[in-house]
Amino acid sequence: MAGPARLTREDVAHVADLARLHLSEGELDLFTGQLASVLDHAADVASLDLAGVEPTAHAMAVTNVLRLDEPAPCLDRGEVLGQAPSVEDHRFRVPRILGEAP
Amino acid sequence: MTSGWQMVIGLEVHCELKTATKLFCGCPNVFGDEPNTNVCPNCLGLPGSLPVLNQQAVELAMAIGTALHCEIKPSTFHRKNYFYPDQAKDYQISQYDEPLNVNGHLDLPDGFRVGIERAHMEEDTGKTSHAGASGRIHGADYSLVDYNRSGVPLVEIVSDPDMRTADQARAYVTELRAILVASGASDGKMEEGSMRVDANVSVRTAADAPFGTRCEIKNLNSVRSLGRAIEYEAQRQIALIESGEAVVQQTRHWDEGAGRTEALRSKEDAYDYRYFLEPDLVPLVPDAEWIRAVGDTLGMMPAERRARLVGLLEESGGATDAQRDQITTVVDLGLDDLVVEAVAGGVGSGLALARTANEAATDADAARALDPKSYLELLMLEAGGLLSATQAKAVLAELFVRGGGDPAAIARDKGFEAMSEDSLAATVAVAVDGHPDEWGRYCAGDDKLAGFFTGLVMKATKGQANGKAVAAELARLRG
Amino acid sequence: MSAPRPALETATMVRAGEESAVDVLEHHLAVIDAGEESIHAFNLVLADSARERARAVDARVAAGEDPGPLAGVPVALKDNLCTRGVPTTCSSRILDGWRPPYDATVVTRLAEAGAVVIGKTNMDEFAMGSSTETSAFGATRNPHDTSRVPGGSSGGSAAAVAAGFAPLALGSDTGGSIRQPAALCGVVGMKPTYGTVSRYGLVAFASSLDQIGPFAHTVADAALLFDVIGGHDPLDSTSLHRPTPRVLSVLDDGVDGMTVGVLTEFLDGAAPDVAARVHQAAESLAAAGARIEEVSVPEVTLGLSAYYLIAPGEASSNLARYDGVRYGLRVDAPDTVAMNTATRSEGFGAEVKRRIMLGTYVLSAGYMDAYYNQALKVRTRIIEGFAAAYTRCDVLLGPTAPTTAFAIGAKVDDPLTMYLSDVCTIPSNLAGHPAISVPFGPGDDGLPVGVQLLGPALSEGTLFQVAAVVEAAAPDQPAPRLAAGAAS
Repeated sequence: MAGPARLTREDVAHVADLARLHLSEGELDLFTGQLASVLDHAADVASLDLAGVEPTAHAMAVTNVLRLDEPAPCLDRGEVLGQAPSVEDHRFRVPRILGEAP
Repeated sequence: MTSGWQMVIGLEVHCELKTATKLFCGCPNVFGDEPNTNVCPNCLGLPGSLPVLNQQAVELAMAIGTALHCEIKPSTFHRKNYFYPDQAKDYQISQYDEPLNVNGHLDLPDGFRVGIERAHMEEDTGKTSHAGASGRIHGADYSLVDYNRSGVPLVEIVSDPDMRTADQARAYVTELRAILVASGASDGKMEEGSMRVDANVSVRTAADAPFGTRCEIKNLNSVRSLGRAIEYEAQRQIALIESGEAVVQQTRHWDEGAGRTEALRSKEDAYDYRYFLEPDLVPLVPDAEWIRAVGDTLGMMPAERRARLVGLLEESGGATDAQRDQITTVVDLGLDDLVVEAVAGGVGSGLALARTANEAATDADAARALDPKSYLELLMLEAGGLLSATQAKAVLAELFVRGGGDPAAIARDKGFEAMSEDSLAATVAVAVDGHPDEWGRYCAGDDKLAGFFTGLVMKATKGQANGKAVAAELARLRG
Repeated sequence: MSAPRPALETATMVRAGEESAVDVLEHHLAVIDAGEESIHAFNLVLADSARERARAVDARVAAGEDPGPLAGVPVALKDNLCTRGVPTTCSSRILDGWRPPYDATVVTRLAEAGAVVIGKTNMDEFAMGSSTETSAFGATRNPHDTSRVPGGSSGGSAAAVAAGFAPLALGSDTGGSIRQPAALCGVVGMKPTYGTVSRYGLVAFASSLDQIGPFAHTVADAALLFDVIGGHDPLDSTSLHRPTPRVLSVLDDGVDGMTVGVLTEFLDGAAPDVAARVHQAAESLAAAGARIEEVSVPEVTLGLSAYYLIAPGEASSNLARYDGVRYGLRVDAPDTVAMNTATRSEGFGAEVKRRIMLGTYVLSAGYMDAYYNQALKVRTRIIEGFAAAYTRCDVLLGPTAPTTAFAIGAKVDDPLTMYLSDVCTIPSNLAGHPAISVPFGPGDDGLPVGVQLLGPALSEGTLFQVAAVVEAAAPDQPAPRLAAGAAS
């Protein structure tokens, strides 16, 4: 099984955008090289034939962990908003939002 | 619909579950509280917080699945990753490729069956308000976020693209809403946003043609706007195609004021949500016993409730079209038990249905809270001629205010003591004696004058006389 | 120098009223005062609240009450454990000024056991690193040689215990972040079975791998601390319902009749002096009655690659919430996207950005199957590989880290080389299994070597039992020079 194509500078710029990170041109070059070498190392995993192997997302097999529908104390609003960078009218204030949620 | 074209409609309905607490934390699930008072580390997305699944939310979701005839399956939660200020963790916990409920259906009142692809659980976002002249996101100077709604449990019900008219879409949402209310899962209040509808609409030229390119319409806040938006969108797509252009797959916003849809984003901008299994939650695996136990708690669904009322009208020659509408109203409002109990207590089914659809329905919340026995007694007083329709209405209003009580006692308090037959006869006799000319014309066959005499009696008794009883006495005197 | 007094002994004396918690605390604050400037183990020393707490412990003793099994014992907390009202930074600028409104479950359990929290320790930023050099507040230095790293990411906690600043510390271990610094600093460090210690209030790095665990001078003290922090917590859905074995009671049971497998894959990449210590530890276990076998688990060689796909994937999502809206740093910008971006670009260091981008990439459309999902399948293979080994062996033995402590700055510009420091510790995290690092004498350079014992899920009792035998046979390790002057 062939591994995926090698990571490019454009890929790094794209994921930085998705992750809300701004990279300088120099950082883009540096990170592209570093991340590509990590992914090259991971080629041993990417190229394995693991068809039919079940993925393990949880190491311990536990199911149906539930809580009763009973109210628990909430946080004090003053304490919550006291942590916020900007507050108005008991709400968290953010600068202009340019679009709807994706 | 423009002839030669057919619409294809699928609906995605989000409903908030009627739990005491949120989906993954113990904060109250309440609408309308002071901003940022119902919050904790989990629903604020504080570092180190962890989600724990609410059992009641799971059982209400299973109840919805059962009511929609779904298979209830082992399921998992994923993270849907996207940045937005109302999303406290900047990801939403949602069921993705292994939803709780799949492959169900919903039958519309006319018998048309709409397939249900899935009904899955997810958490709601916080609420953003926009500061600035417009109050809308565009042109706002800045925005404010309240996380009280963050983490409120939702079930998203996704239909198959089975509907072909806006009427069917409207009927689907109305019926689904009734099912959600009847199952106790949701209060179905579109106006408070506890039920939100998105419509996928496409058009095609023939019923066996492949589906056209669809657009998803958001911001449909009522059944009425749903219908308008679908009609508008279908016409827009037809006009595009007929002018030789292609429909572009888009998400569109319904502008209620302007009566049109506007493009929000196209499919090329499709966001990469990077779904992956939520490591902080474990799989949900309902066994047969649990599913059965939830099913056992489920009450009668609206279709069955309507059939029950239609059955009650069989003796009186079957339900008329008007009565079918009354039945729909009564069932949608959850008042059908009042009708059934009244009929069981001896009230005629026509009267019980009409009074419930017209009078009790004016304050459905209060009517649902009423002791059915009080309601039965009230209808019996009216049926027996001891209260006029007007008086009965006044007593019902008082029952609502008091949250129940003895209708006869309330009638007495209001001075609605029904007149004895003797004193009624005496009052009628006084009226007749005082107007010999009119009495003569009445006796000669001028029936309109019955109204004149009834009016006199009503005036004399300050409206307490029963109109039917007065008419009967007049007829007796005329011989 | 005499060895620091074990926490077990201190707690016994405080409970008996033979020594005051205040005196114990003041002694440790004095050691910190003397040595912290050259080590930088702490982000924050909580002298005032610790004094208050110590006085409360003494008051309970005076009133005839038992403050608990850790009565008056100072404990240092990795700075990714939430402490109510006390800054919790993860050694990141992005959490600048944040004071959690709640305590982590382990912090609550420490308080209930009578422990005295003495400070918050430095770490690699968001636990991403193997040297504590990615901290936004500067590196921690190894008490055995201040030109060397203490390991990481829980380097501050390991150094604090090694330097005598606190007899006990808590760290978190996602890919070796307790065991590797424990080995490099010459202390005991243990990663429990996934789900035995609540993660509630542990700021997440990679949720399916993170576990909180103890640092101590002795195996018995590590067992004592593990007993206090372990057990089911309804606030963590992945917390196991099984009663956690009380490991303190089995420490003296020995290894007679046990089979210990020496894991060949772990020795392959180890420096010769480190490998020699592992063989020496095996011989001492044989002398104590264990059967020694060479065991191969070839799947573990895939661990590093799988880990550097899974952990960044989860981290990219866990760290999305640092967006400048609700808490911590905000860098102003005209719109919310720009504000998020400016905040995150300024608030995160290079290593965190690298892992967020790597994680975002491996989860993105088109690459998910090739990388992330493939890594989850490798995880299955590693679990199967271990399971096969555990049909023949009770525990496995290997090095904790391939080398002794390396020089500060040596690997910081080469991420992949740095990542290779975790090659022997990562497989246990992927499998969810427990493992413990026990100091086993100096390497050729005189710096501490740690040997690692690995066991199947919930084998903590056996691991501690074997670890006690290894500890008893360990060659002497010269005490850190810094602590030597101050420790009594």
